Amino acid sequence: MIRLAFIVAAALALGACGEKEQVVVYKQGKYQGKPDTPPWKNESPVAELRGGKWTTGDEKSWEEAIKQRQLTQNEYKRIGQ
Amino acid sequence: MARMKFLCDAERCIECNGCVTACKNENEVPWGVNRRRVVTLNDGVVGAEKSISVACMHCSDAPCMAVCPVDCFYRTDDGVVLHDKDLCIGCGYCFYACPFGAPQFPQAGAFGLRGKMDKCTFCAGGPEADRSETEFHKYGRNRLAEGKLPACAEMCSTKALLGGDGDMIADIYRERVLRRGRGAEVWGWSTAYGLPPKPGAQPPQPQQPAAPTGGKS
Repeated sequence: MIRLAFIVAAALALGACGEKEQVVVYKQGKYQGKPDTPPWKNESPVAELRGGKWTTGDEKSWEEAIKQRQLTQNEYKRIGQ
Repeated sequence: MARMKFLCDAERCIECNGCVTACKNENEVPWGVNRRRVVTLNDGVVGAEKSISVACMHCSDAPCMAVCPVDCFYRTDDGVVLHDKDLCIGCGYCFYACPFGAPQFPQAGAFGLRGKMDKCTFCAGGPEADRSETEFHKYGRNRLAEGKLPACAEMCSTKALLGGDGDMIADIYRERVLRRGRGAEVWGWSTAYGLPPKPGAQPPQPQQPAAPTGGKS
C-alpha cells in the first residue's frame, strides 16, 4: 500500500515537471498573428459615401468605390476645368 | 488590385499639421505617440524651405517585416503593412530598421519601459473584428472598411498629402506637375517602393561636388 502511494506521489510530482508550450510555434518569416478581414467583406455603411456603395464580399465593387473616392483628391477633376 | 500608398507633395505642404491632428483625433492616438509628423527641411532658408508629412509608407519590401523577431507584421491584399499587437514584444527592432521613423512606442511604465509598437495603419485597423471596439482601441479607426481613405489625406487642406492606390495618386500628381511645370520629385517613393538592386549591380557612385564658380566664401 505504501509502495503504491509512493508511486502515485512520484508520478504526480514528476508530472509537475512537464512543460507546456507557452508561445506560438514560429515558422521563420511567416506572419504568426491573427487573420484579418479584408475591407470589402464588411457591409457598406448606410450613409451616402462620396465613393458610392459596394456589395458585401465583392472586392471589385469595393475597389471601384474607393477609386471614386480617390478621384476626389484631384481638385482639377473635383472642382472642374 | 489596389496598392495603397502615400504621396506628399512638398510644393504644396504648408506645415499646418492638419494631417497630424486628423490622425490623432481619428485614431485617438495616446499621448507621446505620433503616427504622423510634419518635417521641415531647410527651415528658414528663403526659397529652399520644404515641408513633408511623414508616416509609415507601407513599403513594398518593408524592412520592419524583415527584422521582426516574432513575425507580427503582415501585408494586406491592398498593400497595407499592419501588425498584431498581441504578438509584439516591443523590442524596437522595427524602429531601427524603418527609414521613415514610423514605429512609435508608448511609455508603458516607469523607467522608460516601452509598450507595444504603434504605427500608421493607413486607417485600416488591424487583426481584430472590423469596425469593432477592440479594433478601435488597439489600432484605431478602420476607415477602409467604411469605404473611406486615411483621415490625414482626406483632411489635407492643400491636398499636398495624397493617399490611395499608387497608380491613381501618381496620375493625380503627374497632372499637377505638368500644370505647374516644377516639383516632380516625390519624396520617399524610391526608398519605400523602389525596386531592389539587381544581383551583381554596381552601387551608385557618389556625385562629385560641383567646382566652385568664383563666388566669395
